[in-house]
Amino acid sequence: MDITLADLIPLLPLLITTGTVVVSMTVIGIKRDYGLTVAITIAGLLLAALSAAYLMPSTNLQVTPLMVVDQYSLFFTVVTCATAMFIAILSYPYLANLDDHKEEYYLLLTIATIGAIVMVSSNHFVSTILGLETLSMSLYGMVAYPVHVEKSARFSLEASVKYLVLSAAASGILLFGIALVYAKTGTLEFASVVNVPSITEGLGDGFTIAALILVFVGIAFKLSLAPFHMWTPDVYEGSPLPVTTYLATVGKAAMFVVLLRFIEASEALAFDSFILVISLVAVASILAGNLLALLQSNLKRILAYSSIAHMGYLLIALVASYFVQGSISVEAVTIYLVAYVIMSAGAFGVASVVSSSEQEFNSIEDYQGLFWRSPWLAAVFTGMLLSLAGIPLTIGFIGKFYIFFAGVEAALWVLLAVLIIGSGIGLYYYLRIVYCMLLAADIEQGFEVSIGRNISSHAVLAFLFVLLVGLGIYPTPLVTIIETISAYIL
Amino acid sequence: MILVWLISILFIGGIIAWLSERVNPYYPRLIALITVLLECVVMLNLLGAEPATGGWIASIDAAWIPRFGISFYLAADGLSVLLLLLTAFLGVIAIGSAWDEIKDRAGFFYFNLLWTLAGVLGVFTALDLFLFFFFWEVMLIPMYFIIAIWGHENKNYAAMKFFIFTQVTGMLMLVSILVLAYFHSIQSGFVSFNYHDLLTVETYGPLEMWIMLGFFIAFTTKLPSVPFHSWLPDAHSQAPTAGSVILAGILLKTGAYGLIRFAVPLFPEASMSFAPFAMTLAAISILYCAKVAFAQVDIKRLIAYTSVSHMGFVTLGVYAWNEQALQGAVMTMLAHGLSAAALFMLAGGLQHRIHTRNMSDMGGFWGKVPRMAVVVLFFSIAALGMPGLGNFIGEFLALLGAFQVNIPLTVISALGLIFASVYSLWVIQKIFHGEYVNSEFDDNHLTDLTHREMVYYTAMMIGLIWMGMYPQSFLTLSQPVLIDLISSAEGIVTSVVRN
Repeated sequence: MDITLADLIPLLPLLITTGTVVVSMTVIGIKRDYGLTVAITIAGLLLAALSAAYLMPSTNLQVTPLMVVDQYSLFFTVVTCATAMFIAILSYPYLANLDDHKEEYYLLLTIATIGAIVMVSSNHFVSTILGLETLSMSLYGMVAYPVHVEKSARFSLEASVKYLVLSAAASGILLFGIALVYAKTGTLEFASVVNVPSITEGLGDGFTIAALILVFVGIAFKLSLAPFHMWTPDVYEGSPLPVTTYLATVGKAAMFVVLLRFIEASEALAFDSFILVISLVAVASILAGNLLALLQSNLKRILAYSSIAHMGYLLIALVASYFVQGSISVEAVTIYLVAYVIMSAGAFGVASVVSSSEQEFNSIEDYQGLFWRSPWLAAVFTGMLLSLAGIPLTIGFIGKFYIFFAGVEAALWVLLAVLIIGSGIGLYYYLRIVYCMLLAADIEQGFEVSIGRNISSHAVLAFLFVLLVGLGIYPTPLVTIIETISAYIL
Repeated sequence: MILVWLISILFIGGIIAWLSERVNPYYPRLIALITVLLECVVMLNLLGAEPATGGWIASIDAAWIPRFGISFYLAADGLSVLLLLLTAFLGVIAIGSAWDEIKDRAGFFYFNLLWTLAGVLGVFTALDLFLFFFFWEVMLIPMYFIIAIWGHENKNYAAMKFFIFTQVTGMLMLVSILVLAYFHSIQSGFVSFNYHDLLTVETYGPLEMWIMLGFFIAFTTKLPSVPFHSWLPDAHSQAPTAGSVILAGILLKTGAYGLIRFAVPLFPEASMSFAPFAMTLAAISILYCAKVAFAQVDIKRLIAYTSVSHMGFVTLGVYAWNEQALQGAVMTMLAHGLSAAALFMLAGGLQHRIHTRNMSDMGGFWGKVPRMAVVVLFFSIAALGMPGLGNFIGEFLALLGAFQVNIPLTVISALGLIFASVYSLWVIQKIFHGEYVNSEFDDNHLTDLTHREMVYYTAMMIGLIWMGMYPQSFLTLSQPVLIDLISSAEGIVTSVVRN
């Protein structure tokens, strides 16, 4: 098959991001200029997001067997690039005083984003692995980035190695699963494993289920679903805050899109035992995530455990997709992912804004009295936390509403009961942070809050906050988009 | 449109009040007062209006999330209007009670107060169940802040408990709403959260019971009724006075309103078969909480338990589901709104003066604060159900209606009236009679009620006397609504029986 120029147009976002890497690398080679590198990265990511948004209404193509560029993948390309751009903006003041070469961080960030774009456009195991490894490799570097600076490097090397080892193990399991699926279907594309004649003699349902479960376990590692979640709090805690943000938002969202496409294409949910496995993982994640978060006093660890629970909530909608007519559960997954990206980016963003590579403020006590010291930051943070808890006026509630709706239609009463219990427990630790911000300010400790110092980071927070509340009150624009694009998954 | 104004005036007023603190720390309370008075004026407009078809005095319906057939649908009938008036009236009172008490971060306080009121107004007028749930949760957050910031010694625990209780049970209600909407989409081909659409949904057997329970638990937690009441004493004793006024006077009534408007009409059959159980819970609430109230030494906790006890009459009246009983429930809601708010204000006033809520430290205050003593006596007597005052009408009608349905439970519940006299008079005796000792507290500030305070209490007294002497003016407003609700519920039950 010849590839013409017209075929490349759908890949524009990917090409622009790749171009950004090349340009900024060249610029770094010529002259190290921190501001310039950041500017190139931000401009490149913005351009990629805009091009994806521009292509979205009209493009629906399989570009090479490896990548599908449809409205769904373009939508998540927008989400990914925009989030990466926000994280780049938040990283700028964070890393400004790092006593080391700072420019390469942005190379890694952009390369990771390339991986994420490939993942959200993937309907083939080869591109999945390519994207996943591109993303993970860059993240190892980003997690350990401040390793040469003694003050900042307390846990970052440990976190990076931990992430590397477990990630590699997970990739191994995933690859093994893929091999088994291939033995069954004879293709590496995401294809139905139900009712296809095995290309190998004598492979029954048990074999298929084992293959599917191995693939799922590999992905569950990356999504930090219980019981494969052990790495999450340590890695979140050890990473620089912007990197934690990246792990929690782009990393999770891209992986979940792959899972969604794979589950829908493979019709894996036709096996009762597979549904049972996913449901058990969902229950375990919701309960473990929420219960373990209760015991933490470190903000990053709380959000790490809560992210485990949120991935569990998403699985409920995924399971529901087998039982419901129409695309409501795919929409539920999509809108919850978007909501999750916004609120995680916002919550970690607040911590990033007040922290720097020299000193991070991760303890809940650091935020004591924030309401009176900086009402603006406290309002954003409270909004993000209430959204994570699923309270109305925020997009988190709309997301939860969708999951409830999908769950009710699929009649998943047990999972819904667990969701309610989990959310109830979750309220406690989110409110604990809010309450701490309401206490009288303790002048002794804590950070300086001055908006003037990094106005662009505050602008990012303002934008996320407006999205959070705006879409929480009037979600119809997003609802309409998601209803359209979700049709492409089924 | 008028309903949108009612709600947005409060939202906007709240924001202005918050911002105005920067100019002058005394502005927020002024702006809050002006906002709520403006609200009253707009509401009086509503009173004069002629009801349109179906008894709706005012309504607005605009598309909101068409994907799920969710609309921004607000409407008010006689029942809603009564509760709106109660909300506005107690809003003024609450601002009055906070006038001198809240000096710290006043701007944010009045912001939260007004937003709570806005959420409550939304609850009383929303006829789209998604919107209803939306407001149901929205009124929680500012209330949480009021308790958590301006509360007393154990505020974190109380605020957290309040929030988790109402939120978790709220999620049960959300699931019920969704199941109902899903049934509607199966039966009619489209998803809708519209109240009138959902009334036509037919649900069957055990599932109907489960869905109904989702609503019932959410509403009885808010009401509250045994066994979901344990958040209330904590929230009340820790909340600042204005918070208690809003909580006891208005927020509890949203639960009762939900039962009357949603829980029973949506599931008439399940509600009827559940009624004996609900009425038993009501009787237990009335007697058990009256008994527990008697055992309290913290005066605010005592009043909180009496609230639960009185709200038992509302549950009793609602589940008797005839006109008299429902009228009784509505009257109890209104009268208790005033009497409980007044008692909490008095308790708050006492705490403000002597910095303790412990009744065993008090005694012989009659000589020191005679005006306050008389006012407390008046509202205690109102609460215990003295004929001539509003509470009597409510509880009497509720019992009268319930008597036609279930005689044993009514007889048992009526004992609550005796218990009420016991604890009410015991409070009077404990605080105001006996020897005056001030060893346990500093009585420098133990001054009698000021003129401003007297104005509030007088207004509430007039309200209660009006309700007691001429209840018809209130009953006329709610009567057509209640008759409609009863007949529509009966229509569904009989049609199901015939099939």
